[in-house]
Amino acid sequence: MASLWEGHELGDVLLEQSSELSRDSLVKYAGASGDFNPIHYRDDVAQSVGLEGVLAHGMLTMGLAVAPITEWLGDRGFVASYQVRFTKPVYVPPTGSVALAVSVTLAKCDEPSEGSATLALTVAREEGTTVLGKAFVVVSPR
Amino acid sequence: MSVNPELLDTIFEPTEPYLVGREKVREFASAVFASAPVHHNLEAARAAGYDDLVAPPTFPIVIQEKTLHQLLNHPGAGIDFTRVVHGDQKFEYVRPLLAGEEVVATLSVTKIQTLGGHTMVTSESVIETTAGEPVVTASSTLVIRGDEG
Repeated sequence: MASLWEGHELGDVLLEQSSELSRDSLVKYAGASGDFNPIHYRDDVAQSVGLEGVLAHGMLTMGLAVAPITEWLGDRGFVASYQVRFTKPVYVPPTGSVALAVSVTLAKCDEPSEGSATLALTVAREEGTTVLGKAFVVVSPR
Repeated sequence: MSVNPELLDTIFEPTEPYLVGREKVREFASAVFASAPVHHNLEAARAAGYDDLVAPPTFPIVIQEKTLHQLLNHPGAGIDFTRVVHGDQKFEYVRPLLAGEEVVATLSVTKIQTLGGHTMVTSESVIETTAGEPVVTASSTLVIRGDEG
């Protein structure tokens, strides 16, 4: 099962992906998750609590950041743990979209007999500001 | 209003059973751009060794949210939910959660910390099948912002 990491070294970037978030994406996530907090669809409500405007659900950012890992793992393993800190808002304009760039780095490999490893995630807005901190995924073989 | 320190170590009642629906898994996966076949295609999930569709890693937030609702609405909690910001989130799996499983979630408050006028409340929601098999623990730190002035 150590084959998951064969050919990779610590610090290697394993995956890079960019996703476009629009207001439509937020409505879709609200429905799918049941999180109907109006700061995610009404500028006036968002501004009344001191925000610039409508922002993406933190859990939407967290969810999309891990998606390429599951795809990459296929049936070889599963996400055993996943943690993030929400550090910066992702504002989404009424028209158009914002791009979020996800980068996944191999941060730590456990004993080959265990085969699990820790991946570090970076999620950044277009201008380079990271929006998640302490973002780590532990993947384990099945 | 300030957070009641006696909340620490409080364990809430388990939630009503939640049935993880196959279409809900597909809908949630689409909403988080998760296109892995194990979230969408039953044959692919079975070929990968699962009995049904695999819920995406952050899907348990849907179930955990029901326990956070209990916490925020607890009359003695002293949490002003208009001042709550989601600080940290974590999922720790025993194994993947699958469509067709019926689960309950039980929240306990594990840490209360005050820093610079803000209060951080950390809770763990243990999600297990109705048969009592633990599947995933979802933990959140909620930051309750203090008065500005």
